[in-house]
Amino acid sequence: MSSITGKLTPKGINVAKVFGTLRRWPIIPVAVVLFLMIIAIFAPLVAPHHPLEAKFEKRNVPPVWTEEGTSEYLMGGDHIGRDILSRIIFGTRISLMVAATVLAAGAFVGTALGVTAGYFGGIVDEILMRLVDFTYAVPFILVALVAAVIWEPSLQLVIILLAIFTWPPFARQVRVETLQLKAMDYVAMARVSGASSLRIAFKHILPGIVPTVMVMASLQVGALVITESVLSFLGVGIPAPDPSWGSMVAQGRNYVATAWWIAFFPGVAIFLIVFSMNFLGDWLRDTLDPKLRQL
Amino acid sequence: MRRLIALRLGAFVVVMLAITILVFTLSRMTGDPRYLYMSQYTRITTEEWEAQGRAMGLDKPLVVQYLLWLGNAMKGDFGESVHYRINALDLIRQYLPATLKLSGISFGIAVLVGVPLGVLSAVKRGSLWDYFGRSFALLGQSVPPFWIAIVLVWVFGVELGLLPTSRQGDWSHYVLPVAVLGWLPAAGLLRLTRSSMLEVLDSEYVKFARAKGVGPMKIIWKHALKNALLAPLTFAAILLASFLTGTVVIETVFAWPGIGRLAVQAALNTDFPLITGLSLVFAIIFLMCSLAADVAYGLIDPRIRYR
Repeated sequence: MSSITGKLTPKGINVAKVFGTLRRWPIIPVAVVLFLMIIAIFAPLVAPHHPLEAKFEKRNVPPVWTEEGTSEYLMGGDHIGRDILSRIIFGTRISLMVAATVLAAGAFVGTALGVTAGYFGGIVDEILMRLVDFTYAVPFILVALVAAVIWEPSLQLVIILLAIFTWPPFARQVRVETLQLKAMDYVAMARVSGASSLRIAFKHILPGIVPTVMVMASLQVGALVITESVLSFLGVGIPAPDPSWGSMVAQGRNYVATAWWIAFFPGVAIFLIVFSMNFLGDWLRDTLDPKLRQL
Repeated sequence: MRRLIALRLGAFVVVMLAITILVFTLSRMTGDPRYLYMSQYTRITTEEWEAQGRAMGLDKPLVVQYLLWLGNAMKGDFGESVHYRINALDLIRQYLPATLKLSGISFGIAVLVGVPLGVLSAVKRGSLWDYFGRSFALLGQSVPPFWIAIVLVWVFGVELGLLPTSRQGDWSHYVLPVAVLGWLPAAGLLRLTRSSMLEVLDSEYVKFARAKGVGPMKIIWKHALKNALLAPLTFAAILLASFLTGTVVIETVFAWPGIGRLAVQAALNTDFPLITGLSLVFAIIFLMCSLAADVAYGLIDPRIRYR
C-alpha cells in the first residue's frame, strides 16, 4: 500500500515509506560501519592530534561541552594528557584490522578445511572434525592468558590466538554444506564429464558455499571486536601505548569517580561497531541464508 | 544413556590429556623452568644450578618429565606459586568458592530471564514483548561487558552511591556483578529459545495438538518448550565458554576474590605454576559442565539416548 501512495505523491516525503525502508534495509548500521571504516583508513588526516602526543597540562581535561572543557580536546584528555578522540580514531584502525585479518584467515582456513573434510571424507574428515571438537572443548580465555605468560603480549599474538579459535565453526558448517552439495546431480554430472576433484571442489562446490561463509563472517565480527577489547582490557592484548579501545577503558577505570570520559567514550565506540555489525549480520542471515537461523 | 555417558567420559579423558600435553609443552617453550624459582640477581654456582635441575627432575628425558609432572598434577600438586610462594592448589581452593557462587547465581538468573523471555517473544511474535526481548538480546551481545560493568559502577556506586562496587559481602554485593555476568548468557539463551520455539510452534505435531483441543498454555510449556530447549543445549559449550570469559572479566572489574581474577593476576605476574593449575581446574569445570549439558540433552531427546 505504501509503495502505491509513494508513487502517487513523488514530491512529498512519505513517512510510512521511510520507516518501511529503514525496517527492510539496514541503512543506519551500514552508515555506521562505513563511517568507522573511512575514519580508520584516513585516521592521520581525521584525528586532530597524534594518538601518543601527551600534554601535561591537559591531564583529565573534561569534554568540550562541560564548563572546564577545551575545544582542543573534544572528548577530553586522558590521565596523562592525550586526546581521547584521536586515540579512539586510531583505535578504530586496530580493532578493524584485527577483526579483518582474523576473519580473513579464519574463514579461508575454515572453508578450505571444511571443503576438504566434506569432499574427501574418510580419515581426513575424521581427523579434522576431532580437531574442531578439541578447539571447542578448550576455553579461549585460558589459552589467551597462558599465551600471555609465555610470550609477551603483542598485536601478532592477539591475531594468531583469535584466528586459532575462529576457523572451527567455519570448517564445521562448510563441511555440512559440502556434503549436501556433493550429493547434487550437477556435481555427479561434472564428475561423469571428466572434471578433476580439484576442479569440482573449486568450480562447482565452492560457489555454493560462499553465501554461508559471508553470513558467518559477518556474524562473527562483533564477537571478535569484543574479544580483542577484552584481552586488551585485561592487559594481555594489544600492549600500551598503542591506542586499543579495550586498554583505553582499562586505563580510565581508576578515574571513573573523577574523569568518567576516559573510560566512557572508547566503550561507546566498541558498542557502536559491535551493535551495527551484529544487526547487519542478523539481517544478512535472514536475507541470504535463513537456514542458519540458529547460529 | 549409560553408553552415552561412557562415551562422553572417554572423550573427556582424551581432551584432558591433550590439554595437559599442551600446557606442559607450552611451559617448556618458555625456557628453563629453573629461572622461575632461582633469582637472576643472585650469584649461582654451576653446582647449585645442576642440583636444582636434579631436584626438579630436569636431567630425565622429556617424556618422563611429563609423566612425573602429570602424576603430581593428578595428586593436586602443580608446584609452588612463584608470586604467592604457597602451593598453587591451596591458593585455588581458597579462591574457588567465590567464583562458583557468583557464576552459579548469574547462570540461574540468566536461565530464569532468558528462557521465559525467549518463549514470550516467540509466542507473541511482532508484539511489544518481542521487540523488548530482541532488543534486550541484541544489546546484551553488543555491549562490551567490562565497559558496562564500569559504567554501572560509575552510576550506581559513585554517582548514586546505592550499591557496593567491589569485593564480596552481603546480597547487595552480588547485584551489579550478577547483572553484568548474566546478561550475555541470558541474551544468547533468549535468541536460541526464541528461534527454535518459532520453528517448533510451526511444526505438525503442535498443529495436531492444537487441533485436538489442547489448551495454549499446555502446548507452549509442555509440548513445544521441551523440544525448543534442545537448541540452547546444543550450544551449551559456546554459552559456557562465554560465561568463563565473563567470569574473568567481571571478577577483575569488581575485585571479586575468585579464580578468574587470580588467573589474570597470574598472567600479569608470569606465575607459571599457578596459571597451569588454574587452566587445568578451569578445563575440568568447563568439561564437566558440557558433560552435564550432554546428559541433559540425552534426557530430553530420546533419539540420542538410544543411539
